[in-house]
Amino acid sequence: MTAVTPAPPAPASRNTPRRTGTPRRTARETPLGYWIYLLPGAIGFIGIVAIPFGMNLYYSLTSWRGVGTPKFVGLDNYARLVADPAFWASFLHSTAFILAMAVIPTALGVFLAAVLFDYIAPKFGARAASILRAMFYLPQILPIVVAGVLWKWLYQPQYGIINTVLDGMGLGWLQQNWLGDSDTAMLAVMNVLIWLQIGYTVVVFMAGLSRVDPALYEAAEIDGAGWFQRFWSITVPQLRPEIAVVLITTSVAALKVFAPIYVLTRGGPGTSTIVPAYFSYSNFFTTTQVGYGAAVASLLALLVTIIAIVLLRYQTRNAEGFEK
Amino acid sequence: MTTTAPAPDTAPASPERHHKTARTNRSARSRRGISGWTVLILLAVAAALMIFPFWLALINAFKPSTEYIADGPIGIPTELDFTAIIDFWIGVNFNQKLLNSVILSGSVALIAASLSLLSAFAIGIGRLKGRVWILAVFMLAFTIPQEALVYPLFVLSRELNLYDNLLGVTIILAVLQSAFGTYMLASVLGSFPMEVLEAARLDGASRFQILRIIVLPLTRPTLAVLVTFFFIWTWNDFFLPLVLLPSASNQTVSVSLGALSGQYTSDPTALAAASMAGILPALIFFLLFQRTLMRGVNIGAIK
Repeated sequence: MTAVTPAPPAPASRNTPRRTGTPRRTARETPLGYWIYLLPGAIGFIGIVAIPFGMNLYYSLTSWRGVGTPKFVGLDNYARLVADPAFWASFLHSTAFILAMAVIPTALGVFLAAVLFDYIAPKFGARAASILRAMFYLPQILPIVVAGVLWKWLYQPQYGIINTVLDGMGLGWLQQNWLGDSDTAMLAVMNVLIWLQIGYTVVVFMAGLSRVDPALYEAAEIDGAGWFQRFWSITVPQLRPEIAVVLITTSVAALKVFAPIYVLTRGGPGTSTIVPAYFSYSNFFTTTQVGYGAAVASLLALLVTIIAIVLLRYQTRNAEGFEK
Repeated sequence: MTTTAPAPDTAPASPERHHKTARTNRSARSRRGISGWTVLILLAVAAALMIFPFWLALINAFKPSTEYIADGPIGIPTELDFTAIIDFWIGVNFNQKLLNSVILSGSVALIAASLSLLSAFAIGIGRLKGRVWILAVFMLAFTIPQEALVYPLFVLSRELNLYDNLLGVTIILAVLQSAFGTYMLASVLGSFPMEVLEAARLDGASRFQILRIIVLPLTRPTLAVLVTFFFIWTWNDFFLPLVLLPSASNQTVSVSLGALSGQYTSDPTALAAASMAGILPALIFFLLFQRTLMRGVNIGAIK
């Protein structure tokens, strides 16, 4: 953008002398010197990411039980995957987790942030809004594993809180074996993830709103716009960059879900809560079908990479000042 | 969007600022009314539901199991009973897990931040050719699912005698997290004031002196955010420590809690105690790093 117009005089006078006026520097300081600083990171990347990822791709073309020599089988693992209902179930569940970790928390988060920012704060003070925000954020501080242990206990069929409370309210017929029943297990896990994620979206969107010019709201109000009108025509459009980034990053996170499944259900009952990450893990370390697990992991990596590229393009387009 | 370092207006401060204008300019909206109180109460109930599980873990971790069986999970304990939490603490040797987690998280945070600074210095200040592509590669390293790396890492670390060894996991996590740090710091350094660098160069400062004397102090706030984030990410990390640290004496807090989620199912207060033991350190970090965390959440989202 800045480079298109032919040298506007004022900024040029500030910039050009610096570039042309120090030829000695550019001669003495070859940019090669900076590559040394990239070396530790590059070695780390090659050893921890590039080589292992290549090995994983190779494993995915073999039949291997983790001991002995891998036997090259070409694309057999991938062909087998396509016919495996557990594989399809795992990716189907990923869409449910995108709902639970990205879509629902974003929708609720935008709404809650708007209410806290544009309704509670003006009426009851910023302190009230801050306290409520902190309460919504609190689950975010937990390691996911701890959240899992906590909810596993809440969902316990015999002595768990949910069933005990239902019983106490005379709603005993609503009691379930929440995590042990394939009809409810998925919803139970999704509930935990929504609970975990809301705080993140509320905090991000409230911060986004603090950048919005208050004059926009005042003008809308003078024009007689009600709260919901302001919400739709100011809050949501103004938050669009935050919404996009949050949706993409949380969707990537949703595809990678592992710990909650490991702690809460281990993919069960049956395959009713299996996800790609857990599916490949169990192939690696439970049934030791390393080649097959590597194929699942490679496909997952491909999917996540595509989404990450979308994110990267979106962000570099927005980050002016860095591109130049 | 150019984000030079963490923005000075942190999230916690922003509603106040907004509110000041609200009070003066929007006095009409400051009337509370019945609908105002209704909304507040609805939100307060929702917020209370959000923290209800914390409350339940707290009261039941210190409740005698006889009382739990008699009065259920909701009742407030009439006496404090530390049996469950002490049993858990000793049973899993929780001191050891805490120590492992502190060592692992602390060293990962410091190493990853140093790696990030070096790479970002080359990319952001050195303006390497093809830096956009280099950054893209680092970014992919951060987003790639660990499942696609774990089995080779498992094989390689066994060959290098780093399996079941905190050092191995430290190196792996430091490299993976520095990918994110590099990405973030590089854009901060990309908009670093060039005049300062010019002046230093004219005074004959070497590249390393520029890094140490000029860049390091000026990026300290961003580095603090990174160190905090890396520490907490590592503390919460589960997958790689689960696979690469199998023996009890090397396990972290997260791994040990995850491992016992299948046990203790017959004792209702034991799981509450375990949850409480996991919640406490997280709560302490949160109170210690609250401002840095909020600032980091926002940078992370916008970056």
